[in-house]
Amino acid sequence: MTILSPYPWAPGFYPGARPEIVTSRFRYEDSHTLARYEATDGYEGLRSSLARSPEAVHEEVRNSTLLGRGGAGFPAGVKWGFTPAGVWPRYLVVNGDESEPGTYKDRLLMECDPHQLIEGSLIACYAAGLSQCFLYVRGEMPLAHERLATALDESYAAGYVGTNIMGTDFSIDIVLHSGAGAYVVGEETALIESLEGERGMPRLKPPNFPAAVGLYGQPTIVNNVETLSNLPYIAREGATGYTSIGTATSPGTRMIAVSGHVVRPGVYEIINGSTTFRDLIYGDDFAQGIRDGNDLKTFVPGGGSAPWFCPDQLDVPFEGPAASAAGSMLGSGAVMVMDSTTDIPSAALSLVRFYAHESCGKCVPCREGGTWLLRLVQRIVDGHGTEDDLDTILEVGQSICPGDMPHASSERLGLEAVPFPYKMTTICFVGPSAYAPIHSAMTLFPEEFAALVAPRRERRRIAVSAEAAS
Amino acid sequence: MSDETTDVNETSDVDEGTDVDVAPAAAEPPPPVDPNAVTVNLNGRDIVATKGEMVIAAAQREGEYIPHFCYHPRMDPVGMCRQCMVEVEGPRGPMMVVSCMTPVGNGQVVRTDTDDVKRAQEGILELLLANHPLDCPVCDKGGECPLQDQAFSHGPGESRYLEEKRHFEKPIPISDLVYLDRERCILCDRCTRFADEIAGDKLIHFTQRGNNTQVMTFPDEPFVSYFSGNTVQICPVGALTARPYRFKARPWDLDQLESTCTTCSVGCRTVIQSSHDELLRYQGVDSEEVNHGWLCDRGRFNFEAVNSEHRLTAPLVKTESGLCETSWSSALDGARSLIADALAEGGPESIAVLGGARGTNEDAYAWAQLADAIGASYRDAQLGDGLPVGVLGLDRATIEEAASADTIVLLAPDLKEELPVLYLRLRQAAEKRGSRILEFSPIDTGLTRYAWKSLRYEPGTQRRVVENALADGEVAAQLSSGSVVVVAGRANLAESVDATVAAIGSLLAAVPDLKVLPALRRGNVVGALALGLAPSSDDRDAVAALKAAADGRIGLLVLLGVDPLNDLPDADLARRAIAGARRILSVDTFPSESTQRADVVLAAAAYGEKSGTTTNIEGRVSPVVEKVTARGITRPDWMIAVELGAMLGDRSFGADHPLASAATFDDVTAAIAATVPSYAGVTFEAVTARADGVLAGPIDAELPIAAFEAPTRNGYDHRLVVGRKLYDRAVGTEMSRSLAHLAPGAAAHVNPLDLERIGVADGDEVELVGARGTAVLPMRANPSVARGTLWAPFNQGGRAIEELIDIGAAIADVRIERIG
Repeated sequence: MTILSPYPWAPGFYPGARPEIVTSRFRYEDSHTLARYEATDGYEGLRSSLARSPEAVHEEVRNSTLLGRGGAGFPAGVKWGFTPAGVWPRYLVVNGDESEPGTYKDRLLMECDPHQLIEGSLIACYAAGLSQCFLYVRGEMPLAHERLATALDESYAAGYVGTNIMGTDFSIDIVLHSGAGAYVVGEETALIESLEGERGMPRLKPPNFPAAVGLYGQPTIVNNVETLSNLPYIAREGATGYTSIGTATSPGTRMIAVSGHVVRPGVYEIINGSTTFRDLIYGDDFAQGIRDGNDLKTFVPGGGSAPWFCPDQLDVPFEGPAASAAGSMLGSGAVMVMDSTTDIPSAALSLVRFYAHESCGKCVPCREGGTWLLRLVQRIVDGHGTEDDLDTILEVGQSICPGDMPHASSERLGLEAVPFPYKMTTICFVGPSAYAPIHSAMTLFPEEFAALVAPRRERRRIAVSAEAAS
Repeated sequence: MSDETTDVNETSDVDEGTDVDVAPAAAEPPPPVDPNAVTVNLNGRDIVATKGEMVIAAAQREGEYIPHFCYHPRMDPVGMCRQCMVEVEGPRGPMMVVSCMTPVGNGQVVRTDTDDVKRAQEGILELLLANHPLDCPVCDKGGECPLQDQAFSHGPGESRYLEEKRHFEKPIPISDLVYLDRERCILCDRCTRFADEIAGDKLIHFTQRGNNTQVMTFPDEPFVSYFSGNTVQICPVGALTARPYRFKARPWDLDQLESTCTTCSVGCRTVIQSSHDELLRYQGVDSEEVNHGWLCDRGRFNFEAVNSEHRLTAPLVKTESGLCETSWSSALDGARSLIADALAEGGPESIAVLGGARGTNEDAYAWAQLADAIGASYRDAQLGDGLPVGVLGLDRATIEEAASADTIVLLAPDLKEELPVLYLRLRQAAEKRGSRILEFSPIDTGLTRYAWKSLRYEPGTQRRVVENALADGEVAAQLSSGSVVVVAGRANLAESVDATVAAIGSLLAAVPDLKVLPALRRGNVVGALALGLAPSSDDRDAVAALKAAADGRIGLLVLLGVDPLNDLPDADLARRAIAGARRILSVDTFPSESTQRADVVLAAAAYGEKSGTTTNIEGRVSPVVEKVTARGITRPDWMIAVELGAMLGDRSFGADHPLASAATFDDVTAAIAATVPSYAGVTFEAVTARADGVLAGPIDAELPIAAFEAPTRNGYDHRLVVGRKLYDRAVGTEMSRSLAHLAPGAAAHVNPLDLERIGVADGDEVELVGARGTAVLPMRANPSVARGTLWAPFNQGGRAIEELIDIGAAIADVRIERIG
């Protein structure tokens, strides 16, 4: 498919008549160079931050209510406050291991505006009192790695990174690190393990959270690329400038990647909080509706691991609590749209396959349960499944997510929404992520599964009477 | 499920606080509260737990068993198996957490019995069993398997898994001793954590990912660890099996008794397991003070020697046609006449009693009493390879004191090779407890990489190196801040013991408060020395006795489980002594070169075939037990001594002698408790009543410290260091089929740079020329040997390097000559 973007150097990105916070330079072909960056307010945010006290900058970020863009949506300014005082060294780790299915916004930010990320990282280090920065870039993104490496060379040479930054006594080194290809390393503790040279397996938290005991056992803040890319703007325009965009609880803008059966799939910088899924999928400035004039069947609102939404949920806005109440999450900012031609069991299968394959093998429910789910769904899709298999899927799911599993409401089926989140028996979300898509698919489209499976086998049980047993 | 649970009633003081709450608040100050105590609500009742401990440990102590696989109290929790899920009340309602990684907190509300918890636990078990082969009928673990047991107690009872299970080639050997079955493995991370965290041999780890994850060694690098057997013991399924035990027994056929390992002198607590009167397995028992549940492979697998077909099964006497089996009455009569003849011809001064460190306290005491009755003054439980008995008179540290000391000074042989479990404890001290190790040694040792400072010395110069270190401000500051324990032993068999003693003297002078943990090796050497088998003076020790024998002044040499021809560092002296002794009486479990020269050989019962007590390096007395019937008509050493004690005519044990009426080992233990002041009250009941045994009192002995200066080495020579490896030609190792081939073999190791200078390649045979003799050995390049020294392992067969050792010399220097 040809990617129609007004900016061929930013494939998939579509600008619009909207405020631009992180994509303001995407219109320039040389947006990744230091010259262009400096000509467009580059490093001004850092300069103005260095003129203030770190506490003041931290306060500014806290007031901006900048929410983490990696998936959990935790306020960055609050997270920075969790580091214990007086423990050195302390690290910033930039999570550039973007690998959630459907998500491709951080890659564009790293490729098209690497200096913005570097500047944001420096502001974070300054404000949160961190002494070194590690940039962890997904191994499958060679261009992002190359652009960041070049940008780091330029910024070191220009005195923006290194010792005595911009003539002050603030010094930070940034280490660029390439990942080795594991989805789970996008989880912050697995990323830390990987950065330390260990197997990319998540660490359990509690007892230790990275903010207190992280990389090499030191206090560590892990922030997403998009989160940090917002900081230069906040530093320049102040918290009020930032919160004037979006809603009070979800201010600013947000990068959303839309994929699937829409007319114009791509990455859009949307106004946070107030934009709805209907705007995004049907808006002329956005994805421009469903392809071929088909009907919308279902969509995944927040990356492959999120429970699915139906047309019933089109008016849910991009605001965390609203999405949770509706039974899913906004996650990493990826909307995958499926139209009426979609074979739902197959769509679910491809997601289950991904998460089963990406299990790191640490937690039993994910390691064993993920593959078990995959085999069950595969058998059903292949036409060899039975109704028993459908029961088993839900029962295996209970071992991964015990209790009520969140799902969207459906007027068609008369279903009430079960709000997010779920209980889980695993350390990280990879295990539940293998179950969430198949659970959504079976809950919202039971008829498609019923049509595929043979009737329940009759279970023959040998009755043992009390007399016989005694 | 071996986890201990404490009776709930034992912590009845929990409720005492309630009275205070009822009383008027201002009337009395509240009772003193343990600052580390927290109150946790567990399933609706309040329990007291200690800050820092995990929910699973607190719950288990309170009688709430939480199923688990990866959690092991001696290792860091990892939260891998997810089996120990419980619900903890959180700000957003009950949260599902793993209890092995959730620390207790004040006011915490924990539920282990909700429907969601049960569903989660059942679900995990079903998932664990999904790919488990369920070949329990042919699995060594079946019957003692945590997976089996917990599937029974906490599992769903039914599986819905209809898919094909994971398949791997099985089993595969991952070392000479351990087999891995990856199909049975549930990937709990216990063995891999043990190898990394406890043993420090990170040789097994996870490979692949997700559903294909498996435990594996690195390519072409087997799991060569002295501690590999522990992974078999802690494996919660039958994935790891030990070659010596595979398919030997079903657990329910095993009968077991708690005992103490006497392979070395650490005294690890074990259980001895047998079936059909045959020893089949030793397992470690968790002793807080000593071994934390771990064993070394040598101690774990050398039960094979007890079962060996080469054992002596009956006493032997020398006849015209060589040594012949005989009855006890004729053998004892032969022994009696050997003693009587020697007394008549040369008097008590012509009788020497050597050895006795391999048996029980009772054995040593009875033979010491016999030596007393005879009047023999030459006696020694060591063989010129230990330290003077005076080292036991110094302020003695326990293993726990050493493993929690602020500074651990090593002036000892390589503890990983000689006292492996002590190595584990000290490694842990440095890695986890913040102890600093200050090591003085002639070569790199197992603990070198964990040492705060590791200082090399050329043999003979250790006193100078110690004194130089003491003059260093940083070292002096470290030694003067907090507790100091010196682990003292013989790092080099080719050097005078005075060199080590002088260095100990310098440390004692500089740090008067230090405590000493003696690193003596033989199983019960401390007990034997304490109970009467120590030389009365320097000129009556083993070396003096053997020199006297070589000079023809010994009429009867009594060998208690020692073989000077293999055990004495000085090969030449051993040969001359055995040849020069007029008569030899040997008490042994195996035929040896020395028993071949004996006039009477009294066949002794082996470990596991006799009960009694043993004393470890700390002075801790713990029981050893008879688990199987003694082989043939062999008898315990103490019994032989007691019987001989009645046959010595006017030197016989009198009616008031403590052993006059000893009929069982118990009587001997009681006699020790009654007559030896440092063992007062150490009866068998006392020793078995406590899990950690009883510490015997201090020994009254002085360590004479003399000045020592080693001669300087000329530039052409290498200074010789001879040390022990864990696996050597010791009889218990050589007679164990699984261990015998693990001995590394004799070789001469020098630094690779020296090898280049000499002009020989790794593996070339060279001739070593010393003042005493020559030896031909293969050369090995070994970067852990300092330049200018030559290291060779002791007792690796062939008696080559031993030809170069003159036990009376200060040091040994050798020249390396190319051959051909």
